[in-house]
Amino acid sequence: MLRFILRRLFLALITLAIILVIITLIPNIAPGDPARKIAGGTASPERLIEVNESLGLQDPVSAQLANLATSVFTLDFGESFSVAKGEPVMSLVWSALSNSAKLVGFSLLVMVPLSILGGLVAAYKKDTWIDRTIVNTGLAFSAIPDFVAGVFLLAFLAVPFEFFKVQASAPPGSSALVQAQHLLLPVVAVLMVYFGYIARVTRAGTITALDSDYARTAFMRGLSTREVFRKHIARNALQPTVAVLGTQLGYLFGGMVALEIVFGYQGIGNLIIRAVDRADYPVLRAGVLTVAIIYMIATLAADLLVAYMNPRARANLGEAS
Amino acid sequence: MNPIYDPEGELTPIGSPEAEADIPEVEGAPAAATRSQVRREQRRVLFRSPGFVIGVGVVGFWVLAAIVPSLFSSIGPKEFSDAGARVSPSADAWFGTDSVGRDVYARVIYGARPILIVAPLATGIAIIAGTLLGLLMGFYRGWVDEVFSRIVEAILSIPVILMAILVVFTFGRSQPVIIGTIAVLFVPAITRTIRSAAISESDLDYVTSAKMRGESGLFIVSREILPNVTGLVVVELTVRLGYAVFTYATLAFLGFVAADLTDADWGIDVSLNYTQIIRDVWWPSIFPALAIATLVIGVNLITDSIDKALKS
Repeated sequence: MLRFILRRLFLALITLAIILVIITLIPNIAPGDPARKIAGGTASPERLIEVNESLGLQDPVSAQLANLATSVFTLDFGESFSVAKGEPVMSLVWSALSNSAKLVGFSLLVMVPLSILGGLVAAYKKDTWIDRTIVNTGLAFSAIPDFVAGVFLLAFLAVPFEFFKVQASAPPGSSALVQAQHLLLPVVAVLMVYFGYIARVTRAGTITALDSDYARTAFMRGLSTREVFRKHIARNALQPTVAVLGTQLGYLFGGMVALEIVFGYQGIGNLIIRAVDRADYPVLRAGVLTVAIIYMIATLAADLLVAYMNPRARANLGEAS
Repeated sequence: MNPIYDPEGELTPIGSPEAEADIPEVEGAPAAATRSQVRREQRRVLFRSPGFVIGVGVVGFWVLAAIVPSLFSSIGPKEFSDAGARVSPSADAWFGTDSVGRDVYARVIYGARPILIVAPLATGIAIIAGTLLGLLMGFYRGWVDEVFSRIVEAILSIPVILMAILVVFTFGRSQPVIIGTIAVLFVPAITRTIRSAAISESDLDYVTSAKMRGESGLFIVSREILPNVTGLVVVELTVRLGYAVFTYATLAFLGFVAADLTDADWGIDVSLNYTQIIRDVWWPSIFPALAIATLVIGVNLITDSIDKALKS
């Protein structure tokens, strides 16, 4: 297991390195003067020089890359250009990140149990109308973009019912319960988008596990459905679900940009959009990198959890080699 | 019963239901014939599935609206309606009018065009590049495959929408940039799928025998492996088309498209009008939002039925 962890960590570091290279390269391969692109078309010559200096755009690409790598490890991305002029980029990122974490945490709390339950019910009622309803509504909802779901929720829940709030950010100093109430609509939107996907993965995993010989043997030994599930199936059936949740966590943090805009929530996605609107490249870059790193950690955690649940998965990566 | 050596001399015509039912059991039946029959059978299943018919109907409608919008709407998307501004849906203006008095129905019909130009083009480019890359990586393996696989993983670790924002921000908001960005960002996912299929195909006997015949790598990849993964490529094509629609709509909503804000575009129209929902003016944003939803769901219905037909 230790060898597996080490090899997996090494792969994560390589991924991080490639992400850094890509992010460094983007302004350098864009046609035209990178500083002008970054500062915006109307920037003054002094502003261009300033941008060039603060981002080191005149340096060779390798030096820019080294700078960016240092920034990641020292958690220092310099100062914001314009979103909050002069403030350290990281303090903006941290506060946006803690908002995002609240949204993601609450979403997971609602979404994971409901979607797994939906998938299990669909698997046990395979090929009945219940199964088809769960799979098809899930499929339809997961196809629509998050902001479309958000706009529907505004029209059909926020307007008719006082209880649902239009703004996802509660007034400062609100209790946790009031904050949760404000977050409810975006959480429902996330549920709509992800329910079908996770339920489908869980359903497929459970059906495979139920068809297996060990499950049949357990049923023949006279164990109840619940016991068979808990003692024999759960571990195997839920593995794909764990893996999928890991890969989706990064998307939950950074992919809900449009949803955060609809509900005026100050998460990491909203920060990135504000950075673009005000041509604040350091904030933009740090925001995107943060999301990538969260994704990396989440997939790493999911892989380790899957390896813990299933020794065979370990053999695929590391131990056998 | 072997229909080819039928003692009565009555050859079952190929394509009749009996022939399709019998041939797979025949030993030594020509492989090509079997494959084309399997394909025909899959198409039959596909055309009969309700999901596919509905999906094609919905997507077909929007494609027609994108090509000849005047067929559905006599009013232009930028014309001001006689009814006035913020008029709720009525016989005069089916979907009502927006805050400056333009007809929402006309804007929804005309709004199909930008999304149906960008999404298919981006998907087409991505599928060609991704399939080619995936096949070559899966067939040749080696260190080039290792390196590309790492790059693919890295790109996949940043949400497409964020990467698109970063690229469009630095390269400028023009339609070619948007098409190119969506295409490039979709290549890794396609590559990964096709690569793993190419790896399992490469282990099969037909590839080994082609190698022993001394065929070139390019021949094996394009003439031997590719025909065997076409089904997967088609599924991947429709999956990515759905995502491209999704991505373009989101970029438009966030204001990352080239279009001028008065152009009819579903994502832009939603973003300009959704704040009025709380003042009970829901029609200028809900109708374009519904248009996006129907198009994406239509594409997904097609994807799902093709996937099911291939597995049947």
